[in-house]
Amino acid sequence: MSLSAILGLGQTALELALFNALTVLALFLSYSMLNVCDLSTDGCFALGAAVGAVVAIAGHPFLSIPAAMGAGMLSGLVTAVLQTRMGVNSLLAGIIVNTGLYSVNIWIMGGSSLLNMNKTRTVFSLLKEALKGSPLGAQYALIIGAVAVTAVIVFLCLFLRTKLGLAIRATGDNPDMVRSSSINPVFTTTVGLCISNSFTALSGCLLAQSQKSVTVDIGSGMVTVALASLLIGGVFLGRRSIPLRAVGAVLGAFVFRLVYTLALRFNLPAFMLKLISSIIVVIAISGPYLKKQMPLIRRGMRARLGGTGVR
Amino acid sequence: MLKLNEIRKTFNPGTPDARVALDGVTLHVRRGDFISIIGANGAGKSTLFNAICGSFFVDSGSVVLDGQDVTMMPEHKRAKAIGRLFQDPMRGSAPAMSIEENLVLAAGQGGWFSTAGKKEKQAFRDRLALLDMGLEDRMKQPVGLLSGGQRQALTLMMATLSMPKILLLDEHTAALDPGTAEKVLALTTRIVEENRLTCLMITHNMQSALDLGNRTIMMDLGRVVFDTEGTERASLTVNDLLEKFREASGKKLDNDRMLLA
Repeated sequence: MSLSAILGLGQTALELALFNALTVLALFLSYSMLNVCDLSTDGCFALGAAVGAVVAIAGHPFLSIPAAMGAGMLSGLVTAVLQTRMGVNSLLAGIIVNTGLYSVNIWIMGGSSLLNMNKTRTVFSLLKEALKGSPLGAQYALIIGAVAVTAVIVFLCLFLRTKLGLAIRATGDNPDMVRSSSINPVFTTTVGLCISNSFTALSGCLLAQSQKSVTVDIGSGMVTVALASLLIGGVFLGRRSIPLRAVGAVLGAFVFRLVYTLALRFNLPAFMLKLISSIIVVIAISGPYLKKQMPLIRRGMRARLGGTGVR
Repeated sequence: MLKLNEIRKTFNPGTPDARVALDGVTLHVRRGDFISIIGANGAGKSTLFNAICGSFFVDSGSVVLDGQDVTMMPEHKRAKAIGRLFQDPMRGSAPAMSIEENLVLAAGQGGWFSTAGKKEKQAFRDRLALLDMGLEDRMKQPVGLLSGGQRQALTLMMATLSMPKILLLDEHTAALDPGTAEKVLALTTRIVEENRLTCLMITHNMQSALDLGNRTIMMDLGRVVFDTEGTERASLTVNDLLEKFREASGKKLDNDRMLLA
């Protein structure tokens, strides 16, 4: 394999990692801060992609991005209302919204499950034209991804320092304390989910526009992939300050992509990605748990093998 | 300051598990009162606090706080006027967040998008220094690293930061070791006195029920069975209290924890 091929592969991996990192940052807010496992992520990712594509195809390349984010926010609002005001279990609320979004997404795409953006003007095609001939000519997608990720990280760092941001963090940490600080946890949960889902939708929107097409299942498995990346990031920069943890989340997305790209190099078929991400999530979550249980398990084994079970 | 009029609460009504937790409690708390509340387990002491805080809505009766009827006001809206400490030191603060961040939230100043300035942070440091626990030098550390006593002291500080109209202490020293409990209790009386707070304190310690505050009430089966203050209270001993309980409820107080305390 030639050097340029490797570089090309690396660049694609980097771009994909950046777009996915936006969803990882969304989960950083909902999962790590708010302590809500938002299972509507897959559908919301596709929603962002669909809305972004439709608006861009209608001739509004710049409007497509806020439109996608707004749609994501709306989806987050529905998930939040279901779990805070209507007595639906938090996990179930996400699944319900996710299922509903499948139909909504096809409806948005005009009854089709696939939209093509080959001739559509998007932020990507515009930047590509603008950079034509310059040394950065081929890096337009990378630039857009990096700008978006940086903007989201900066926003999160500033936002989580405000009173509202602190209240959102406290809601995930100790809701009793939030209530006694005369803040309504229903409100903080709702705001948190709206913001995180807008990032998820942005993530889907940019991925779809960069690959010039959107299918209705573009987001399938996204929540596991993003969770895997988030947990990998936690391994590097887990117990640090908020900015470092946010950077860690992005780093996690890179590492995940790297593992995935390497796996592909070893002739692992592409469809194995989802299985790999599932396994990573399982290892990251149950690893520490099993480690803690290990002495007990060993003792039990020894007892069964005829020992006393007492050391 | 606080008026409870004939409040009633039954849990699981209409089921075999139905339990009358508050059976017509009427209590008038005056501004500046420091009331100690005693009673056996299940007498309704914590339920009384829950009713005042709005953790549930009472079935009947009214709760009037500082002239305002708050009977149907949700918990988080009442919270501004009420400071509360639980027996469990873990309940009052967010463990993953720093001391400073906990204080910013508890102070409740500024709009949603405001951040704490240098001046505000310095004010927090100064107040923490009053606790004499060295917490002012650990502002950036997560609260989860503090000991139970430190955490309860911090919660006390947080609960009184925004000058609540009433402070509810639910056996807030019971989970601490004796030395720390004494320290936190001393701190409590100092903060209450300095800020002239109105305060209700549930305790299992009969002696401190008589030593602290200006008024003592005793609860049994969801009712206030005994209410004493002034010279009558000053002359009471722990044995008198036990006798009063027997008179009021028609049975012996068979709670080892209370007798031993």
